[in-house]
Amino acid sequence: MNIILIGGDQTTYFLAREFISQGHGVTLINRDPEDSRIISQKLKATVLLGEGSDPETLEQAGARSADVLIAMTSHDHDNLIACQVARLQFEMPRTIALVNDPQNEAVFEDLGISVAFSATRIIASLLNQQTRFAAITHLMTLGQGQISLTEVLLPDKSPAAGKTLHELDLPENFLVAAVLRGDTVLVPRGPTRLAVGDKLIVVGAQADFQTIITRLVGD
Amino acid sequence: MYAVIVGCGRLGALLAVGLSVAGHEVVVIDRHEASFRALSPEFSGFRLTGDATEHALLESAEVGRADCLMATCNEDTLNLMVAQVARHVFGVACVLARVHQPAFGAIFKDAGIQIISPTQLAFDAFCATLDEGANRQS
Repeated sequence: MNIILIGGDQTTYFLAREFISQGHGVTLINRDPEDSRIISQKLKATVLLGEGSDPETLEQAGARSADVLIAMTSHDHDNLIACQVARLQFEMPRTIALVNDPQNEAVFEDLGISVAFSATRIIASLLNQQTRFAAITHLMTLGQGQISLTEVLLPDKSPAAGKTLHELDLPENFLVAAVLRGDTVLVPRGPTRLAVGDKLIVVGAQADFQTIITRLVGD
Repeated sequence: MYAVIVGCGRLGALLAVGLSVAGHEVVVIDRHEASFRALSPEFSGFRLTGDATEHALLESAEVGRADCLMATCNEDTLNLMVAQVARHVFGVACVLARVHQPAFGAIFKDAGIQIISPTQLAFDAFCATLDEGANRQS
């Protein structure tokens, strides 16, 4: 895959290094001459000195044939415009932007960015999950971060304990894939009755996960 | 009308004072409080210090009820972002953005915002003046 990365901080550098080690082609765009020089010495990547939102710089970076553009600068406006120029001018199939203000996440997706992610929101939600629900273990993320596989332990006061899956009437985009009860593994069906202490393996849309957690664990 | 002006540089200050003197309700936003010194004493609108790419700041400026938003900062990307957010998120009917880079005009032509290019305006003015001079000589 050909990836264009915009930004100059440590995260961008390590991300580029990671992509290169996975065999992807990486072109970096950075506005700082000193940073660009250092990065180009350390990485097997093309490093361009310039603005990521500048159409000429993007053209030189190979925007016409790249598969994805990732904008990682500390300025939301530079990230947004770089992604929009890539999409509108070069028909980039996928654009990913770091948003610094978490409220801009939804705004960016409204404005045509494929994925907008906020480090602030991710860290805050990790902390919330840890403190509020010690019973929940996130196992893995699938489908470019949209699907989450999570283990949920039903606590003493679980509103779901004693009910069948059918009675729980979970949202359609969720599935209880397995129930671990002691040493037994159950593949649950509608009539399966849940009990306190059951470990549920839940698959569903990452975005709506709070809904199902509340239904299974309580507030 | 209620106008929000983003950026209180030479152009922003001129617009803010002009609209305020004409009797309009005006809020001018700038990242640096010192920039408001560019406003002449006739200005009777509000000053708001902060970053216009921060959603909460636009909310506190009540952009949702603005009739018009003008983005006049020095950075093209900032003006383009604020203008699009005002148009598509806050539903402001009339949105103008100053954009220096001529290539952006074509790229963002369908973004629902009006782009004012100083480069293009200067080019047009130069050509028009040149034509007048040529006509006078002939």
